Amino acid sequence: MFVSAYWKRPAGSWENALNAYASWDAETARTIIAAKQSMPGALLPILHALQEEFGYIDHDAEPLIADILNITRAEVHGVVTFYHDFRHAPPARHVLKLCRAEACQSTGGDALAAHAEATVGVAIGNTTADGGVSLEPVYCLGLCAVAPSAMLDGRVIGRLDENKLDALLAEIDR
Amino acid sequence: MTLRLFVPGDAGAVALGSDEVASALQVAADRSKTPIELVRTGSRGLYWLEPVAEVATAARRVAYGPVTAADAESVFDSALAGDEKHPLYLGKPEELPFLKNQTRLTFARCGIVDPRSLDDYRAHGGCRGLRRALQMQPAAVVEEVTQSGLRGRGGAGFPTGIKWKTVAQTAADQKYIVCNADEGDSGTFADRMIMEGDPFVLIEGMAIAGVAVGATQGYIYVRSEYPHAIAVLNDAIRAARRGGMLGRNIAESSFAFDLEVRVGAGAYVCGEETSLLDSLEGKRGVVRAKPPLPAHRGLFGKPTVVNNVLSLAAVPIILEKGGSFYRDFGMGKSRGTMPIQLAGNIKYPGLYETAFGITLGDLVDRIGGGTRSGRPVRAVQVGGPLGAYFPRSMFHLPFDYEAFAKADGLIGHGGIVVFDDTVDMAKQARFAMEFCAIESCGKCTPCRIGSTRGVEVIDRIIRNDDRAGNKVLLEDLCNTMKFGSLCALGGFTPYPVMSALTHFPEDFGAPPRLAAAE
Repeated sequence: MFVSAYWKRPAGSWENALNAYASWDAETARTIIAAKQSMPGALLPILHALQEEFGYIDHDAEPLIADILNITRAEVHGVVTFYHDFRHAPPARHVLKLCRAEACQSTGGDALAAHAEATVGVAIGNTTADGGVSLEPVYCLGLCAVAPSAMLDGRVIGRLDENKLDALLAEIDR
Repeated sequence: MTLRLFVPGDAGAVALGSDEVASALQVAADRSKTPIELVRTGSRGLYWLEPVAEVATAARRVAYGPVTAADAESVFDSALAGDEKHPLYLGKPEELPFLKNQTRLTFARCGIVDPRSLDDYRAHGGCRGLRRALQMQPAAVVEEVTQSGLRGRGGAGFPTGIKWKTVAQTAADQKYIVCNADEGDSGTFADRMIMEGDPFVLIEGMAIAGVAVGATQGYIYVRSEYPHAIAVLNDAIRAARRGGMLGRNIAESSFAFDLEVRVGAGAYVCGEETSLLDSLEGKRGVVRAKPPLPAHRGLFGKPTVVNNVLSLAAVPIILEKGGSFYRDFGMGKSRGTMPIQLAGNIKYPGLYETAFGITLGDLVDRIGGGTRSGRPVRAVQVGGPLGAYFPRSMFHLPFDYEAFAKADGLIGHGGIVVFDDTVDMAKQARFAMEFCAIESCGKCTPCRIGSTRGVEVIDRIIRNDDRAGNKVLLEDLCNTMKFGSLCALGGFTPYPVMSALTHFPEDFGAPPRLAAAE
């Protein structure tokens, strides 16, 4: 149907929708990198594309990128580690990002975060031992008028409360 | 006739279930075999009413809200029957007081038009500014923007026309227009709204900037936290290319201008213009020392205009109606309108565009309706995580760059976050330092080390460990950060910290100020 199909985020978005990622493969990576190598300032677009494909930036991707872009491996590593978005290991099956910034704090975000930690059983910034759920902090989703807010596997949620949060966590197949 | 339905695809509305409402309305229409056209608009910015559904017949356009998927069928039937008795019926949206009292120049079309349709944009007055700019000398375009008094809406408040003039006068084989859409400040969402609701106004503003300074390539650097905005922008840019608004001969002129969206990667500091440029170049988003100014040596070493989304989106109406039209709004050196964002614990959260000069108290109490929790307003933070916290005793402050600077604060990107009386201001001050430590790019010492030391000092104050001595130390540290940091991250973090300490001393173990007790 036109409504939902039209508005749903495009397939292969940078957010991990349901986390159906390919496993690391150097040849695929090389093709992805080569396709973007001539863009001005290509490194961030390349890293986004790799993370979209594999769910993280494999350590072995760094020398490949360095080689194709003709920069040092240290430069690539520096960029990969500078930005919060780039993961160094495959993500959990579900990623729940909780906004921890001021507008969400003013509407009870801290208590919600504590509730999420207690329910999931890990502190924010960590993943459950079975790789089921990651709790990640995010500093502002721009949903400050419907705070507190969260993003579950790329889906935005506003006016979050304990009941909504419990429903979301129950919905996740852990 | 075909019934036209409008449901926001704005991320804030989606977060409240507008996708489900849209689907349910379609189902209701299919069931009653009524042909409809369903348009996913942006939001008009009345978030307590979202998800809003609007219905247009030949005669008028009316709104319902807040609508849930379960209400969709009854709303649809009511709309079909033209019945005004439905409990969610709101009447004409532009008659709602929150909208009626605004001066919408930048946001004139947001929430009304189909953000992916260039035809719709043109039908609602779009592209007139660009057409006029193309008939003028580039220097006259710059002059028009200078005359308008437009200042950088990202927070720094630097006159946009002066910036453009510098780039226009710098000779180079390639120049760039960079749009800073790395809206990372908590409490702000105006950039997101305009990109999701009326992206063509931004594209038009950037094209005008390109014509004015002689740049042929533009980049919009959008944060990765804004997937909906990125999707709409990319669609709009494609439509603009097809429609001749971008490309080799824009609007059938001899000027060339094209645009590309680049996605950030979760670094707050990339909202600072020089680290944004480094990030665009594929580097770590580390702040550059100035000079050289980006206007002289910016992206890839070329002269570059770096402007915020709201600055660029204000340009089309300035060119269409003239600099003096825009200049006639506002007060003092703050000219035109500011899209103010009411956020956090507030009864009527949303986007309120109005001329500069409105008071903080008017915004929070009269327009915002106080807190959502129903408790008294204790503090408001204006201008994002680097903005000051103000108590009620400062509610007389007019919204104006200079007035806020004089009160040791800033208007920043125009976000206001409201806190009720349960807030612990020592905790908020600590968070400001903690946030700076997390997001510091690491280039300069006051920010990189100072923020971590700041957290430690505030922790000592909180646990009553030599409170008096540590308050002096905190003040000293804040001074070092304010005057010694390379950019606004380290330089402005003292604003929330010191304002919390000054206006709410009782939260730091001191007797309350007399002013705060009024």
